[in-house]
Amino acid sequence: MSNKILIIADHLDGSLNESTARAVACAQQMSPTGIDVLVLAEDGASVAAEAAQIEGVSRVLQADNAANAHPMAALLTPQIVAAAQQGEYSHVLGPNTTFGKDLMPRVAAKLGVAMVTDIMSVHSAHEFDRPIYAGNAVITVGAPTDQVLVASVRCASYPAAPGGNSAEIETLSLDAELPGHTRFVNLEQASSDRPDLQTAPKVISGGRGVGSEENFKVIYDLADKIGAAVGASRAAVDAGYVPNDMQVGQTGKIISPELYMCFGISGAIQHLAGIKDAQTIVAINKDEEAPIFEVADIGLVGDLFKIIPELEEKIG
Amino acid sequence: MKVLVSVKRAIDYNVRIQIKPDGSGVVENGVKHSMNPFDEIAVEQAMRWKEAGTAEEVVAVTIGPDAAKEQLRSALAFGCDRAIHIKTDEPVQPLTAARVFEAIAQKEEPKVFMMGKQAIDDDSNQTGQMTSALLEWPQATFASEIELSGETAKVTREIDAGLETLEVDLPAVITADLRLNEPRYLKLPDIMKAKKKPIEDMSLDDLGVEAAARLETLKTTPPPTREAGVRVESVDELVAKLKEKGLV
Ligand SMILES: Cc1cc2nc3c(=O)[nH]c(=O)nc-3n(C[C@H](O)[C@H](O)[C@H](O)COP(=O)(O)OP(=O)(O)OC[C@H]3O[C@@H](n4cnc5c(N)ncnc54)[C@H](O)[C@@H]3O)c2cc1C
Ligand SMILES: Nc1ncnc2c1ncn2[C@@H]1O[C@H](COP(=O)(O)O)[C@@H](O)[C@H]1O
Repeated sequence: MSNKILIIADHLDGSLNESTARAVACAQQMSPTGIDVLVLAEDGASVAAEAAQIEGVSRVLQADNAANAHPMAALLTPQIVAAAQQGEYSHVLGPNTTFGKDLMPRVAAKLGVAMVTDIMSVHSAHEFDRPIYAGNAVITVGAPTDQVLVASVRCASYPAAPGGNSAEIETLSLDAELPGHTRFVNLEQASSDRPDLQTAPKVISGGRGVGSEENFKVIYDLADKIGAAVGASRAAVDAGYVPNDMQVGQTGKIISPELYMCFGISGAIQHLAGIKDAQTIVAINKDEEAPIFEVADIGLVGDLFKIIPELEEKIG
Repeated sequence: MKVLVSVKRAIDYNVRIQIKPDGSGVVENGVKHSMNPFDEIAVEQAMRWKEAGTAEEVVAVTIGPDAAKEQLRSALAFGCDRAIHIKTDEPVQPLTAARVFEAIAQKEEPKVFMMGKQAIDDDSNQTGQMTSALLEWPQATFASEIELSGETAKVTREIDAGLETLEVDLPAVITADLRLNEPRYLKLPDIMKAKKKPIEDMSLDDLGVEAAARLETLKTTPPPTREAGVRVESVDELVAKLKEKGLV
């Protein structure tokens, strides 16, 4: 059986999310005969041009529709189902960003097939590892080979496929009836000039130990000093110190930076689930028994409010 | 307005998972189970609608073994009016669960089907989306705020880019994220009262639901572990280590 793979592009404001290139890297391990990227947008030209550069991509399919101005699963799904059937794909993949998490199960159900969430490693085109119990166990699953495989890719497990390609871009017209029952109202984006949490090589995080929204300034200042993105524990988000899109963990963002440095975070399993793929974890906590020290590559016991100023000064 | 809410029995989130030495799964016997935390939030939301007079009836539904009755009793103690137990001893995967929920929704005709955004055992994050797809209903996943008004709901969703608001026509499937609310503590009198509330038993056959093709679990293994590294005693030492690794 040939493995013809369709990847749904995740994009925002005319630019491609790096998660798409990570999904391509995963797809390359499935002995593909072809990898096509589907761009569903109002005007997908710039996104398609970016996708065409990803190494490993055979074709980019651009399906413009005013209804795609804001990605809504209920409207995208009929288009993806049409594209999947038209192109006779064996696999339909998306990234495990909130876009992919929302969308891919709806696609699977419409195709009447099971779905694999969070592929973290590929054994063959139908056999994968995925995490369960917040990453505290890994299962190897075999998917039926006689039906389309729908899956999401755990982005933290794959580095983005590099650029340098110039795949063909085709416009696609999809014959699909779109429902009117779901309408976009607005998107409140936390505007920030800092690097993106999901792709930044360095991340500085704060937890409940930071104590307040005002105190979080010390975390931002340190992050700016070393060019890092800023993350947080759920406790810090719940307490209102920072917005929700900064949450790292099982139910927040799962990240794999080169450096993860956290202050005043105890290291609950749900938080650790989000940082296990970081190359170097540095933990600063005043409690020497904090579980974060069990996974930290470098640990320092102490008061974050004393340590951060000293750190800033000595990093130079 | 009627609200349906799904409730899954899962190993309690505080339990440290043990993997069976032969790789056949995780140890479940003798381990504390409770209601999936996201489902508690879904139930709490339904209760708030009931208390506000927005919902007249709230029905809890679970798919699982006999022991899952415990979680239905908790849902009833929260204040759900009645419960439906679809009994099966087989683990149920999301597409099959969605087919069951589709059948139940067609029978019960709720205006809102509240679910958790994900079950913390399989971490699939699929069932709500699949259920709404099968029903051809709108879906609003990862809800952190829901405003119901007659025939529509305005739902704020927690997404990677920030907070998105959608408006959906009812009936709809809405899945709860952590910040939707904080579930109440159950009080003894409510737990006692729950014992008298009705639970209806059903099977997949009764509903005419056929189990979907499954993903086969071939083995269960521990995740790659991270070894604890070094403890440093001072900021100077920390900075030296970071510089050594080329990280600052
Ligand atoms: C279903 C579910 C999903 C969840 N998902 C997530 C998730 O995605 N991400 C997540 O993070 N959590 C998640 N949680 C919550 C998680 O269980 C913990 O409650 C949370 O991670 C704790 O955050 P924290 O470490 O900031 O707070 P705490 O556990 O309260 O720890 C605060 C730490 O700060 C230290 N401290 C205090 N003051 C100072 C100081 N001055 N200097 C240095 N150290 C100091 C303390 O010693 C302590 O270790 C989830 C929970 C559930 C039930
Ligand atoms: N067997 C089940 N019984 C009751 N609810 C379930 C079951 N399976 C899934 N659900 C619901 O679907 C949500 C998402 O589950 P999942 O797709 O497995 O992550 C859960 O939070 C539950 O509300």
